[in-house]
Amino acid sequence: MEAPLVSAIEDANISNSMDLKLSENRHTLDRLAEARRQCAAKILELYKTAGAGHIGSSLSCLEILVDLCFQRMGADDVLVLSKGHAAAALYTTLSLSGRLPEADLSSFYKDGTLLAAHPPCSRRIQAIPFGTGSLGHGLGLACGIALSQRFTEKQFNVFIVLSDGDCNEGSTWEAVLFASQQKLSPLTVVVDLNGIQGIGYTKDILNLEPIADKWRAFGFAVAVADNGNDFADLARAYQQVANSPGPRCIVARTIKGHGISYMADTVEWHYLPMEDEHYAQALSELRKAEGAAPVL
Amino acid sequence: MRKEFSSWIENFGKEDRRVIFLTGDLGFAALENVESALKERFINMGVCEQNMVSVAAGLADQGLTPLCYSIAPFAVFRPYEQIRLDVALHKLNVKIVGNGGGFGYGIMGASHHALEDIAVLSVLQDFACFIPFCNSDVAGACEALFTFSGPSYLRLGFGAWPAGIGAFPAFTAIRQLVNARQAKPKVTIVGMGPVLLNIFPWILEESRADVFVVSKMPISEPSSELLDSVRESHLLWVIEEHSARGGLGEHLSAHLARLGIAFRLRHSHAQGYPDGLYGSQLYHQTQSRLDTAALRSISRELMP
Repeated sequence: MEAPLVSAIEDANISNSMDLKLSENRHTLDRLAEARRQCAAKILELYKTAGAGHIGSSLSCLEILVDLCFQRMGADDVLVLSKGHAAAALYTTLSLSGRLPEADLSSFYKDGTLLAAHPPCSRRIQAIPFGTGSLGHGLGLACGIALSQRFTEKQFNVFIVLSDGDCNEGSTWEAVLFASQQKLSPLTVVVDLNGIQGIGYTKDILNLEPIADKWRAFGFAVAVADNGNDFADLARAYQQVANSPGPRCIVARTIKGHGISYMADTVEWHYLPMEDEHYAQALSELRKAEGAAPVL
Repeated sequence: MRKEFSSWIENFGKEDRRVIFLTGDLGFAALENVESALKERFINMGVCEQNMVSVAAGLADQGLTPLCYSIAPFAVFRPYEQIRLDVALHKLNVKIVGNGGGFGYGIMGASHHALEDIAVLSVLQDFACFIPFCNSDVAGACEALFTFSGPSYLRLGFGAWPAGIGAFPAFTAIRQLVNARQAKPKVTIVGMGPVLLNIFPWILEESRADVFVVSKMPISEPSSELLDSVRESHLLWVIEEHSARGGLGEHLSAHLARLGIAFRLRHSHAQGYPDGLYGSQLYHQTQSRLDTAALRSISRELMP
């Protein structure tokens, strides 16, 4: 398992040296970028072996999950992936961060697996509290987990990742009302806002904008990561809402199929599986991106 | 039964601090005692039944014992996917409590009736439905509900056990209420819920019927007394304020058929809204031939 990485934001608070801060930030971002590269390669391998789709959805939230699993989440913290169709990204980040045996990944999509196209039920995998896949369930579940701390001795953070489609569901907005009313301070929502849903662009189906204003109006502390596929931008957004006494929402503007040119911001790569030439090109683009310095 | 339920949960919840009472903004003049006793563990979730069930699943995941209360159709049908996916498929210890099963809310209309609740819940994996049949049966049903550690439902209605006919047996999944005084029963009557009270006390005068009440669904194992009764009578009369599809009649018939027991089924069940009109619970029971007069007429037909 990777050694826990110290948050770039926390580092900044304790450092008296701007040079040291920049150096540590660079180190952290380099480590995250490397973890992201390894996870992306594994995700592509899993989908190619399975001959399956939902690749674009997994790649759009990959930096969000890498950021959570490789630095932000403590040992007792809970992660709920409401957009269960990005399960490959979840399985991979959990596995490469030491929360799921890497050998299990080879069973992805196969008969008799726990690692189906959507996450499994019943805590058969400890790091996956709930089986999701039907949109609109995750936030209510996360609210219940966060609320439980009022009645137990436990204290931990609850992170929940939503999709555009999740924000179509009325049950999500029921949970938003509830989280705000109950001032669920352990709760952080990350909206993986890639702008694309099942068969079209969000703005053409049920326009969510101005989405940050909507979450604010419902009582959340909101920060926007204009580039939600950038670790530094995500870190800045988390920092902006870090001291909120109530629930927080990070609106992460991401790109579906991020990092693979022919998948990026396309509707069809919500579902399409890769042919051999697609896979070869994707791996090639991933290799070319390797070593590129992250933007601070 | 709501009064008996709130009294029981008030006392139980005081002792067991894992109990978290969630209500979908219902319980006026019924749950104030529960709110006072449980304090911060009593939460009005607003009219958000889907979120109520998902939150309950999250609480149960962390080892608590949440209970989701509403009028029966709101507690069951609106959040059905949450009950199926978040609760049942995760085998979580969440109690759904629906008040007014069947036509219990009478003139409130079809939106407030629950004629299919047992059908849709009893098909869920590892799910148990508890159905007290009279007000004084509620405490036993609640004890059984909280002894059962898993996804479950309590269907509340209303009805008093008649005075002067003795006590009824303590709560179990299947109970025999009446023994035919003859060597062989002419009819085996099996009921579910308070509608069965419509055959009391006059059925005692018939002396040719065995009467059973089923209070937990789905039926895991019919009692030997019930099986023996049907073997002897060959005539099963099921009475339930529930749709025929997926109700007690179909469940029990399938059990008997699997055991190779030959019988004829007479099924008195909720028939919905045959004339499209609405009225009291008694009006709807009458429309479905579940009222006392209709049941007595059927009884005479079956036991001339």
